[in-house]
Amino acid sequence: MAKKASETEVRPVVSILGTPVKCFYGPEDLPDFDYKEKLNDPGEYPFTRGVYSTMYRSSLWTMRQYSGQSTSDSTNERFKYLLKNGQTGLSLAFDLPTQIGLDSDMPLAEDDVGKLGVAVDSLDDFERIFDGIALDQISTSFTINATAPIILAMYVLVAQKQGVEPKRLRGTIQNDILKEYIARGTWIFPPEPSIKLVGDLVEYCNKEIPRFNAISVSGTHIMEYGANTVQAVALAISIAEVYIREVLKRGSRIDEIAPLFSFHLPIGGRDFNFFEDIARLRGARRYWAKLMKEKYGAQDKRSLQFRFSTGGMGGGLTAEQPLNNIARASIYAMAAVFSGTRSLNLACFDEVYAIPSDLAIRTSLRVQQILAYETGVADVVDPLGGSYYVEALTDEMEAKIGEIIGKIESDGGIVKMIESGAIQRKLARQSYAIQKRISSGEKVLVGVNKFKVKEEERDLEVYKTDPETINRQLQRLKAVKENRDQQKVENALQQLESAAGRGDNLIPYLFEPLTAKATIGEIIDTLKKVYGTFKEPTTV
Amino acid sequence: METKKTIRVLIAKIGLDGHDVGAKVLIFWLRDQGMEVIYTGLRQSVEQVVEVALQEAVDVIGVSILSGSHVSIAKKLLKRIHERELDDVLVLFGGTIPKDDIAVLKSTGVHGVFPSHAKLEEISAFIKENVKQARG
Repeated sequence: MAKKASETEVRPVVSILGTPVKCFYGPEDLPDFDYKEKLNDPGEYPFTRGVYSTMYRSSLWTMRQYSGQSTSDSTNERFKYLLKNGQTGLSLAFDLPTQIGLDSDMPLAEDDVGKLGVAVDSLDDFERIFDGIALDQISTSFTINATAPIILAMYVLVAQKQGVEPKRLRGTIQNDILKEYIARGTWIFPPEPSIKLVGDLVEYCNKEIPRFNAISVSGTHIMEYGANTVQAVALAISIAEVYIREVLKRGSRIDEIAPLFSFHLPIGGRDFNFFEDIARLRGARRYWAKLMKEKYGAQDKRSLQFRFSTGGMGGGLTAEQPLNNIARASIYAMAAVFSGTRSLNLACFDEVYAIPSDLAIRTSLRVQQILAYETGVADVVDPLGGSYYVEALTDEMEAKIGEIIGKIESDGGIVKMIESGAIQRKLARQSYAIQKRISSGEKVLVGVNKFKVKEEERDLEVYKTDPETINRQLQRLKAVKENRDQQKVENALQQLESAAGRGDNLIPYLFEPLTAKATIGEIIDTLKKVYGTFKEPTTV
Repeated sequence: METKKTIRVLIAKIGLDGHDVGAKVLIFWLRDQGMEVIYTGLRQSVEQVVEVALQEAVDVIGVSILSGSHVSIAKKLLKRIHERELDDVLVLFGGTIPKDDIAVLKSTGVHGVFPSHAKLEEISAFIKENVKQARG
């Protein structure tokens, strides 16, 4: 009787997967638990506990804050500022015209030049961004997709000018176009030729720039669009398989290309649950290892290692009481470290308002440094391994990832779902459902629907784009166009068009137009003649 | 008494910003409030949006922009709306809009500004209130 009374007082909790969460977990939750099979030591198959045996004892995760200012010179300044402050890797954001292949002087670009990141029109801009930064000393991450082949080709050309061989370049290029059709909308061509270009870049990096992650399949944007934390990982893996099949059909072996794949996955967000977020990343490592080994016959250890960076989700941060976001980001960061992330960027506390200020970026970096140097959380690999709760959750998450991917395959595959708009509609509906749960107060957001303060002043010092940006960029572009050999540009673009028509790997054909100072817009327009453009499904 | 006419809303993405989930969430919400909502899809020009608004005889144009280009786009949109004599249409802007820009947008003729943290209820209430007023 007494027991029954106390049970009714227990607050009911349901996991993201819809299963009831118990008050505590014990050995009965892990029947027939086999350490070697389920976990094994870190650095050993199936890598549940981590892809490396010593993890942060050998090297800390890369602390990377996203940055890209309006112009090449201000970006160069910001990069130097961050390197001086102890950041260990660079991350470059591009403005929208650069992301979708428009030059700063093209009509549709006008309102977006230099707004969300740096404007790049020609190789000149790119050289200025990395002026005085030795490319063999750093790793750089590029958040770029539709125009990724052009950006990587520019990086190679800048390196060559510095006397750095491409083989020594380190970094990551996002190069994940499929999620752009779902979530961020920076597509240019239809999916088929876009997947082909993704394959070109992977194939090229495999041969020429082996230390560069040729692809970072991203689950973060999909989650911002409404996917839950497990769907975000499952969809990313499903998308990765499309690219893998694309490269395999060209004759590459799985062990040549699988090691080039890395993932960028969300941590935190509106649906954040500390243990679930960690468990699904541990589960994802085990799922990937088995997938590569059993489905694709991979043997090289590096093919089996599910390597990921994490992004602390801006979607979970609030405009109300913005300093609370520092606390949220700290906990996201801790979950990322317990998950065994190799790199982390955290959304900044003022990001709801605009591009983060210097103070906000520095604070996000300090959060990571405090975790790394003051707290001891990075001292032992996978410290949650063996927890009854976390292991039971990890099993459940791994199974769910497989289930979601199986369902996508039986529905005709992710590409078909993107073309029809089915996946976009499903996720947008989910986003609406979460929003309604927040509006109704069913889902608590501190400072938003609970523990509110009277309408506060939201005066934060936010970063403003210099209004002179556009003019400066337009003048530079004009100068580039006046001082180049037009015939050389046209010949190089003609060769590129022929190569695209033949279906050749396009990367080698990008160097000549770029060196001749052809613009990104001109290169993309050339390719549109061959590939066409995407027709977006607009049914909501 | 004549039957109350359904409010017609056009939700538009102008410029290059591809973040449209907020726009879609608003579409679901407004439909649940009994309004008819049309969505333009991404990368629309001001001219395209105004033409659709004319053809569809909408009461409201809601523009979603998260890329920071709201001020320059608002100026062009309001100018075009005026040229096409659509001045009765209620114009709303939503997205990542810093506080200082709210007044700027309003001075260009935008009727309501809703930053991304605005409540859905605020937006639908504003539409109901102001469309009614506009129709006298």
